[in-house]
Amino acid sequence: MTDQVAEKQVIPVDHVIIRFAGDSGDGMQLTGDRFTSETAGLGNDLSTLPDFPAEIRAPAGTLPGVSAFQLQFADHDIMTPGDRPDVLVAMNPAALKSNIGLLKPGGDLIVNTDEFTKRSLEKVGYSGNPLEDDSLSAYNVHPVGLTSMTVEALKEFPLSKKDAERAKNMFALGMLCWLYSRPTDGTRVFLKSKFGKNPDILGANIAALEAGWSFGETTEAFSVRYEVKPAPMKAGTYRNIHGNLALAYGLVAASDRSGLPIFLGTYPITPASDILHELSKLKKFGITTFQAEDEIAGVGAAIGASYGGSLGITTTSGPGVALKSEAIGLAVTLEIPLLIIDVQRGGPSTGLPTKTEQSDLLQAMFGRNGEAPVPIVAPQSPSDCFDAAIEAARIAVQYRTPVFLLSDGYLANGSEPWSIPDVDSLPTFEANFATELNHTNEDGTQEFWPYLRDAETLARPWAIPGTPGLEHRIGGIEKADGRGNISYDPDNHDKMVRLRQAKVDGIAASIAPLAVEDPDGDARVLIIGWGSTYGPIGAACRVARKNGVKVAQAHLRHLNPFPTNTAEVLRSYDRVIVPEMNLGQLALLLRGKFLVDAIGYNQVRGLPFTSDELVGVITNVASSL
Amino acid sequence: MTSIDLPFPALALVPKTDEKQSAKDFKSDQEVRWCPGCGDYSILSTVQGFMPELGLKKENIVFISGIGCSSRFPYYMNTYGLHSIHGRAPAIATGLAVTRPDLSVWVVTGDGDALSIGGNHLIHALRRNVNLKILLFNNRIYGLTKGQYSPTSETGKITKSTPQGSVDYSFNPVSLALGAEATFVARSVDSDRKHLSEVLRRAAAHEGTALVEILQNCNIFNDGAWEALKDNETGPQNVIRLEDGQPIRFGANGEKVVIRSKNGHIEVADAAAVSESDVIVYDSRTEDPGLAFAISRLSDSHSLTDTAIGVFRDVQRPSYDRLVREQMAEAAAGGPGDLQSLINGKDNWQIG
Ligand SMILES: Cc1ncc(C[n+]2csc(CCOP(=O)(O)OP(=O)(O)O)c2C)c(N)n1
Ligand code: SF4
Ligand SMILES: [Mg+2]
Repeated sequence: MTDQVAEKQVIPVDHVIIRFAGDSGDGMQLTGDRFTSETAGLGNDLSTLPDFPAEIRAPAGTLPGVSAFQLQFADHDIMTPGDRPDVLVAMNPAALKSNIGLLKPGGDLIVNTDEFTKRSLEKVGYSGNPLEDDSLSAYNVHPVGLTSMTVEALKEFPLSKKDAERAKNMFALGMLCWLYSRPTDGTRVFLKSKFGKNPDILGANIAALEAGWSFGETTEAFSVRYEVKPAPMKAGTYRNIHGNLALAYGLVAASDRSGLPIFLGTYPITPASDILHELSKLKKFGITTFQAEDEIAGVGAAIGASYGGSLGITTTSGPGVALKSEAIGLAVTLEIPLLIIDVQRGGPSTGLPTKTEQSDLLQAMFGRNGEAPVPIVAPQSPSDCFDAAIEAARIAVQYRTPVFLLSDGYLANGSEPWSIPDVDSLPTFEANFATELNHTNEDGTQEFWPYLRDAETLARPWAIPGTPGLEHRIGGIEKADGRGNISYDPDNHDKMVRLRQAKVDGIAASIAPLAVEDPDGDARVLIIGWGSTYGPIGAACRVARKNGVKVAQAHLRHLNPFPTNTAEVLRSYDRVIVPEMNLGQLALLLRGKFLVDAIGYNQVRGLPFTSDELVGVITNVASSL
Repeated sequence: MTSIDLPFPALALVPKTDEKQSAKDFKSDQEVRWCPGCGDYSILSTVQGFMPELGLKKENIVFISGIGCSSRFPYYMNTYGLHSIHGRAPAIATGLAVTRPDLSVWVVTGDGDALSIGGNHLIHALRRNVNLKILLFNNRIYGLTKGQYSPTSETGKITKSTPQGSVDYSFNPVSLALGAEATFVARSVDSDRKHLSEVLRRAAAHEGTALVEILQNCNIFNDGAWEALKDNETGPQNVIRLEDGQPIRFGANGEKVVIRSKNGHIEVADAAAVSESDVIVYDSRTEDPGLAFAISRLSDSHSLTDTAIGVFRDVQRPSYDRLVREQMAEAAAGGPGDLQSLINGKDNWQIG
């Protein structure tokens, strides 16, 4: 920018982990998002993790009010937002206190010194100022008067001091963009579209962004800047995408590829609401969204829509699933398509609404009265939510069954670059509504039997109202095999229970076998997971292998039914490790089903695993052999 | 069968049949399993007899119910039918009605199903004004679970679960529906085929949610619950028949009238004591639900004196499903969505 300043030395690095932390009102999520966007545009691989408080605006400057955003970007492909940040940006004492423990020793700590007043320090229990004692000596501290410099930079603008201070996140962003050699063009475009109607605010934000950049260039606080080269990626068109958005788009794609209109019946709940928000904007895709009076009505309406020939979908989190259970059981016995999307969060009860967990697996698997099997599909990364949604819809439609899609808070709010697929390459599946009578009586007359099954899939006909001649009545009471009339016959019930189970078990025939990644092919330890732990497990396996530890990795997309070769895979290893963000739910299923002595590694801290801890687990198990 | 030339604007999008239908066409092959003498039989027969009037293709009619004796109803109708779970029929029917404007969707529910476990769904269906016709069979008891008191049972009711008498205060379904912003509210009686048919006719013609409370006798667990209204002698004394454009007059010889008293209250008065011009002339199409509500409150939940039947309210408000479809059409006005450009987004980049 300015040419008076001598160019500072640029140091190439292969990856960086940055954590922005500040008060909820400081705009850290926006700062993180913008930095991510600029980084994505440069072609780095990246992965992000927002970490926000459950309260919308906890009192300013307090520990519960701290909102953070972490991202890792690299010149090679990466799988997680990283364990411990190389750089921590702390906008106030609360942010410093709650995040400093994460920063790598020797890491860069950028602090907004203006907020380190006696009062704000006391508010979070600091007796002295950590910037003035030696408590931060393990880090490379860069004290920056972010607030005052922002206000100073904006003095030309007719803004109140408070409004000017608000732009300090743009100052921080400008500074970080300079430090890591990111452009700011995208952010300028973004600010224009956001504040276009308010020229003063727009001008102030851009000025703050530029001031932050210039500060980086001129200050002695930073002696070097860094550069991370683009990562080699397969050719294609890329974008950065969050899990919930990818999931919503996957549903739109499922509608497109099946020709079925989507009906979403739902009730707002963190962290699932964004799917409703997205889909409600997409009515031109023939999508109906219905914000119901409660979760039960949400799933009920979705069942009604499916009964009428739409793809009924309901989105929720764990507490909502609990409310929907009875209706899901109805869909099981009605044998109609239904998608139940559970974006899991910390439980039980209200638990940790904004934190991640994988503790609804057994609820999805067994949380209904009676023998009520429901297939379960789980995405493994934010962008994978797109494909997982299509797969769940395929099963629901082809097998006429409710299907659980188990995402979680980490996937929902995390983001990564996504190689955007060509729509024509996506799988198609058809509804094949019934239109004909399907049963011939002995006397030659014909009838419609709603529970006559397809020989291959065991799916029953989907005969929607409006189809002449196929009028029939079904419900939650047990139905006679084939004919579908009410039946209390003991043998018939036994048969129907087994048929419904066999249908769900039979889905295994339509899914890919479980793949194992074992570069050397001679590992004796298998680490197997499901859902969002894919990234941390994968990253841990890479490190372990670099350290000379042999380990094989498998990840389950389908949790019910399991792929047909699961038993074989599990039995091929001397040790099977199952890391989960619960107390061992998949491990219980694997033990019960395959009699394998699964070794659980379990954490329920509301946070994803660090790959570091998993390297430790793998190494320990491998060395015990 | 007399063919009646009533317009059914709410059914404008539902395909009509060319065939001449009769009640028999609406009888399914399933064996009816209510207790002999149950009021549900007469309701079923009236509904089957009424359906041909609509002139709709049978396959475009759907009955959805919850759980209870009353909720077995769909099995006996030779239309599409869904017997769902306790209390949730209005929610399920909402999903169907919103996505399928070509269907005539009917909900059958009981006093427990609609007002206990399903109370939330009922009030929200009513306020939204989804194009549904809800038939609430009120027998003031839980029939299917063998005789516990229900939300419409009168205080003090002795049942299996209230050996000392219920201490619950009861709901009046008509008052409740009016309070929930229902656009159509009516009450009829299981055994009065003519009256019930007339009410069904009005309900079917209404665009939006129509709630029809049907006073139904459970001869096993609550026999005679409505006897004070049905008995040849007491009935005329107690029943107020609301008829649009008519002064509200009842009693064996029309000796009772409904008036607005000097302090503004709605009251029953001795016809001889008031002038004809003070008698309220009823109009269910009045926007303000105040009068309808006040009349619903006249009824005494124990003695059943001054209980009105007929159409309490029938006003126009665009149905929820229509508004939803309008928004969808508006969104699609610039052409349907393009999936590829949606997922490409604006912020993307090329590699290779
Ligand atoms: C979730 C659930 N809770 C309880 C029941 C038991 N149950 C079935 S019907 C019913 C009450 C029915 O009363 P009402 O709606 O008045 O119908 P009626 O039998 O009187 O026609 C109850 C409590 C059930 N089937 N499901
Ligand atoms: S228990 Fe009562 S409501 Fe149920 S079928 Fe028998 S008489 Fe009818
Ligand atoms: Mg009842």
